[in-house]
Amino acid sequence: MHIGAPVREPLVTGGKTIKDVTHDISRHVEATPNPRWLLAMAVSIALLAAGTYAVFRTVWDGIGMWGLNKTVGWAWDITNFVWWVGIGHAGTLISAVLLLFRQKWRTSINRAAEAMTIFAVICAAQFPILHMGRPWLGAYWALPLPNTFGSLWVNFNSPLLWDVFAISTYFTVSLVFWYIGLVPDFATIRDRAKGTISRAVYGALSLGWTGGAKTWQRYETVSLVLAGLATPLVLSVHTIVSFDFATSVIPGWHTTIFPPYFVAGAIFSGFAMVLTLMIITRKVYKLEDYITMSHIELMNIVIIITGSIVGIAYITEFFVAWYSGVEYEQYAFINRATGPYWWAYWSMMTCNVISPQLFWFKKIRTSIVATFILSIVVNIGMWFERFVIIVTSLHRDYLPSSWAMFSPTIYDVGVYLFTFGLFFTLFFLFAKFFPVINMAEVKSVLKSSSSTEQINR
Amino acid sequence: MMGFGIAAVSLAACEAPVKYAIPYLNKPVDVDPSVPNYYASTYASGGDYCSIVVKTREGRPIKIEGNQYSTITQGGTSAEVQASVLSLYDSERLRFPITKDGKEVSWEALDKTVINSLRQSRNLRVISNTLLSPSTKAVIQEFVSTYGGEHIMYDPASSFALTEAHRENFGQAAVPSYDFSRADVIVSFGADFLGTWLSPVEFSKQYSKTRKIGAAKKNMSRHYQFESVMTVTGANADYRSPIRPSEEGMAVTALYNLIAGGNTTSVNTSAQAGNIQYLRKAAADLQKARGRSLVVSSSNDVAVQRMVNAINQALGNYGATIDINTPAYYRQGDDRRMAQFVQEAAKGSIEAVVFYDCNPVYDYAGGMALGKALEENRIRTKISTAQQLDETAVLCDFVAPDHNYLESWNDYEPKRGHFSLSQPVIRPIFNTRQAQESFLLWTSGTASPYLTYLQNRWQSGQFGQQSQIGNFQQFWDTALYTGIFVPGQPLDLTIGAGGRDEQIEGGPSTAQLPAGGAVATTGTRTPAASADTARVASAPVTTAPNALYRGSADSDARLIAGSYKSNPDQLELVMYQKVGLGVGRQANNPWLQELPDPITKATWDNYLSIPIDLATEWGIDGELTEGRSRKARLKVGNSPEIEVPVLIQPGQASGTVGLALGYGRMSAGKVAKGVGVNAYPLLPVVNGVTYYSVQQGVSVELTSDRYSIAQTQTHQTYMGRETILQDATLAEYQVNPKAGRFEPKIATAHGPKDPDSISLWDGHIYPNHHWAMAIDLNSCTGCSACTIACNVENNIPVVGKAEVLNRRDMHWMRIDRYYSSRSAVEGKEDLEKASANPEVTFQPMLCQHCNNAPCETVCPVAATTHSTEGINQMAYSRCIGTRYCANNCPYKVRRFNWFKYHDNEQFAGVNPQMNDELGKMVLNPDVTVRARGIMEKCTFCVQRIQVGKLQAKRDGRRPADGEIVTACASACPTDAITFGDLNDENSRIRQLMESESEGRAYSVLKEIGTRPNVYYLTKIRNKDLEETTA
Repeated sequence: MHIGAPVREPLVTGGKTIKDVTHDISRHVEATPNPRWLLAMAVSIALLAAGTYAVFRTVWDGIGMWGLNKTVGWAWDITNFVWWVGIGHAGTLISAVLLLFRQKWRTSINRAAEAMTIFAVICAAQFPILHMGRPWLGAYWALPLPNTFGSLWVNFNSPLLWDVFAISTYFTVSLVFWYIGLVPDFATIRDRAKGTISRAVYGALSLGWTGGAKTWQRYETVSLVLAGLATPLVLSVHTIVSFDFATSVIPGWHTTIFPPYFVAGAIFSGFAMVLTLMIITRKVYKLEDYITMSHIELMNIVIIITGSIVGIAYITEFFVAWYSGVEYEQYAFINRATGPYWWAYWSMMTCNVISPQLFWFKKIRTSIVATFILSIVVNIGMWFERFVIIVTSLHRDYLPSSWAMFSPTIYDVGVYLFTFGLFFTLFFLFAKFFPVINMAEVKSVLKSSSSTEQINR
Repeated sequence: MMGFGIAAVSLAACEAPVKYAIPYLNKPVDVDPSVPNYYASTYASGGDYCSIVVKTREGRPIKIEGNQYSTITQGGTSAEVQASVLSLYDSERLRFPITKDGKEVSWEALDKTVINSLRQSRNLRVISNTLLSPSTKAVIQEFVSTYGGEHIMYDPASSFALTEAHRENFGQAAVPSYDFSRADVIVSFGADFLGTWLSPVEFSKQYSKTRKIGAAKKNMSRHYQFESVMTVTGANADYRSPIRPSEEGMAVTALYNLIAGGNTTSVNTSAQAGNIQYLRKAAADLQKARGRSLVVSSSNDVAVQRMVNAINQALGNYGATIDINTPAYYRQGDDRRMAQFVQEAAKGSIEAVVFYDCNPVYDYAGGMALGKALEENRIRTKISTAQQLDETAVLCDFVAPDHNYLESWNDYEPKRGHFSLSQPVIRPIFNTRQAQESFLLWTSGTASPYLTYLQNRWQSGQFGQQSQIGNFQQFWDTALYTGIFVPGQPLDLTIGAGGRDEQIEGGPSTAQLPAGGAVATTGTRTPAASADTARVASAPVTTAPNALYRGSADSDARLIAGSYKSNPDQLELVMYQKVGLGVGRQANNPWLQELPDPITKATWDNYLSIPIDLATEWGIDGELTEGRSRKARLKVGNSPEIEVPVLIQPGQASGTVGLALGYGRMSAGKVAKGVGVNAYPLLPVVNGVTYYSVQQGVSVELTSDRYSIAQTQTHQTYMGRETILQDATLAEYQVNPKAGRFEPKIATAHGPKDPDSISLWDGHIYPNHHWAMAIDLNSCTGCSACTIACNVENNIPVVGKAEVLNRRDMHWMRIDRYYSSRSAVEGKEDLEKASANPEVTFQPMLCQHCNNAPCETVCPVAATTHSTEGINQMAYSRCIGTRYCANNCPYKVRRFNWFKYHDNEQFAGVNPQMNDELGKMVLNPDVTVRARGIMEKCTFCVQRIQVGKLQAKRDGRRPADGEIVTACASACPTDAITFGDLNDENSRIRQLMESESEGRAYSVLKEIGTRPNVYYLTKIRNKDLEETTA
């Protein structure tokens, strides 16, 4: 007798067969680029080109092209850095943590989420380099390399150095994890390829994948090992990024709550970004049967939870500022909410804490349009969160004589756009040339959790 | 991935400067590469005087220090003096004599034409500012008597009334010698004696002696200031009362009546005595301090100055704090003769004029009329000796450019019987000629060196006034070595052939060392200081009136009552000078343009300072924050309307507006061009006398034009943060030396603890030296000499107005100025607003060289580290520019090179000392010019420390205290900064810290545990207890 749990929502709908899966996903790689893709690519490249000019001027003339000053030494640069790193959290979380927890719904979204992670980390990595006064030296002086300068060595006390390690480790592991996952799918495309070039390219990319049982077994093992490695990284990266602030003496930065608060915020923004991208991809590639409403709903639930964690963190900061009795701390927080940058603070509060609460309504969390809008709102809010932490803490710290305002220049905006251009260029290239959904893994859930299976039963 | 970025990076990195090192073919005797030479000399500009020591490297003057041998300035300097070395290297100096159309002309041709035209002209006039040089005056006298004419002196900032009143009252047409150091009560009516009035360096030195307190001396002077605009002096006053210019006359009269008892004059001043805040109190204090007080006024109204004389006479101050028998020659300008000259020039009755080192078309009240006369060729022969093609020189037929003062020989007599010399410290850079030689040549027709003339005069004059040295040459060399000669005071005979080896960077402390040379034990500064203190204490109290005095207070009072009518509905305009730029002679000096005004913290501009109530009335007090401003149309009488931005000035007298002189230069060079507006044409001339306020017919109309004033500090108050500014009143201090101290405690599991007793770190060990600094907030007047000295010493770039607006000023040593808040009520809004007449505190802020430095831990590449001598040091070449250190600096003293400030067209106009070949000569070769993209900050002048240590090592001894002094400490005219080695038991810093650590010494932001090596001594105000405000 078969005793089953109540019927779950199928993870793949539309009665897809294994062949359908292969076909639905591979056809985008094999087809000639459609006009919509070309248009999107053109916009991305235009953005990248415009941004590149801003990068060029910044590097050629100096950081003075930005709006920074003697009091506010970081603003958009590190805001963008933390923001992109935060976005880069979702991919690994989805593929690694959810893999370990055997959450099957992750299979349709993990590929794109991981790609997004990698591209976001690439974008994030631009800022620690570009924000340096002398990037041509800093890019390698910040690494503990043996050198001929004598006993020059990096300063292991500096959280910036920890960042270097944290980000590079995270990037490497994510990249390997993503690539390993791609190998069987590359092999599928190789096997279907008609052109010699594509056969050669995908052949090379698939590393001689044979599809034998032993291969699959090793593949599973490696995935599990990498997932195990990547999981602590999800927590560590943003923890270490938060140390940049938490270990400092600046009121508003010097806060022990930062590590969990940053990690929650990162997952929050990462999920929001995944949603934004998935909703577009799903629509453009007509993947509604793979990325279903239940995927979206589950992710929205994660957003409510992490958004609420972040909200509690905001309130806790205020409580601690009051409870500590430190006047600078108290001023820093009152200044955040009521000072000259009040609008940034309240944008953050609205976007991060208040508006995600709308997802309590089933109608809203199952609405594609609402989800799409709110996912963007969340990312705006998370950008403001970093801006609030960085700029409003710095602009009025200890000595009132040094208090100053920050206003961005066109080059601050330009460098930010540069990373957008970079991100979308990479993402659209990925969406065209790589399988956006992990075919192999989707096939593995087809039997147990698809509508095909339920119909058959 | 970064495409262009990488390309840009590699291109930017490809700078390989070509450098040549060319050895001397014949090495000059006294020039050793990298070893500086010091020469005593004199800075005199108009009547501004400072005795100086010039540091030269490989024949280039690069730094100016105060001369401690001076009996007048006593080693102090000012911002103007410090900055003047750059004016030598101004690339816009005239390089050769020119004719009217700017064409080069040979000296021979010029001389020939000049002599010819002078011979044909009648009524020659030589116009100059105050000349402190007796020999120069003699040269000019010979010149004018040859051709028949007159030498007329005028002053852009005239003190005609002061000299005239003393002529009338005492038969001595001069400024008397003031001695603020003997005054227990000081009352000033508008005289900015610590900033710009007459001889601020000298007065600051004297004043600071009365403001120093410690375990041994718990008394200080009490200072009242009655003024319209907020001056540096007013900011230092214990009691400051804002008054309108129209009230000044009656205020002085009322003070006289109060002091002389009852209504001594027939003018009833009881209304003024009652209305003007603190006037009665000042009178009461003055009466208690007869012969130990001083009343000064900057008024250019002779009646008012006579009244001030009457007050000082009634108080018996003549012969005590005022010495009329030692007249000072700081201001000799005769307004009436100057006014007459302009009239005559306009009429065409003058045929020849020589403008010697002056620029009346710009800086004389009647300059426009004079300019018109020159333009219309009403004077046939017009010659200027200007160093630059200034507003007057452009209108002259010939410019015979003078040497810069650092290229010249001269003598000075700033006060009767106090002589000083100036000597060339560099060969003339251009084909210029010292004006005195021009005059001599034009007089006699043959060239003769001015040095010979000078020496001849000294041989027949000064040489005979001493009996120590029998040989003139030896006497001359000796006098030249110290730069000072005071008949009756022994010359320093310890100087051997070739002079004594300079032991000390900047030379200032030599004077502190006992005669006998060599570096003796430490603490040598103390005897000198205590001697002064003793003198103050035992000052003979002579209340006997000066017998010479001839004056009638009653008639003056009636005169004043007739001319001073205060109308509260009328707006009054005050023209004042800013510290640094002064009357505008050095307007083309970028250091001075970028020097933040000590009060407003504004750079690169003048503006209409308006009182808070006017801003409230206009409804713009909320709008004018963060440097935002609006332009206003200022109309004064019949003069053309000018547009000028407004700035809200707490402490500005209600019903008045202020405008600084010295700006709006039309022809001064690229730095000064277009900076501010010219206020000179607004100065009223009444009966030939120039006044510095307009009491009637002033209208100001706010326009909607927005404007930005580049301020380095835009937040006015210290937000009640007691750990930053710790102050108390004298009465509190006398009871408790720790009065005003804020001693934070950190809550721990073991109860509240001193922040210094808790640390994550093991601490540093300083086995050899431990450099530290103490800054006495009570002595600091905010004069900003330290800021410029630091700029000069450390090659700090000037960034220009646009970048200051971007809040990227580069000063390593800044002076934070805080106003007291509007109310002490706990509330952010109230704390942010300055009160209408605030208490002001200056806090020099520089790298605190924290023992637990937050910057050091965060640098990823260890570019900023801690030295074994307690210095937080920067390795520029290692810095990659993450700016993390600057963010994590609680004192915000780190400065980032946002752009390449040297050899960059973008900054050529504002930073010539790093952009043109000539300007670069001023750079200190011991200090790196920083590249773009790196962080910089105060180094405690590590190059000076290094030199001092090496010198000591060479001599096989320990460095002596006072031998190693930072540029800021050495420049300070009030000795507010003490620098030294805490490990040296006899050092002044050690002794000071031992006596003050349980007294006035505190660390800023102690509770965050940074443990700075810079300590501050509390600010003590000599106020009565009950009047203490927030």
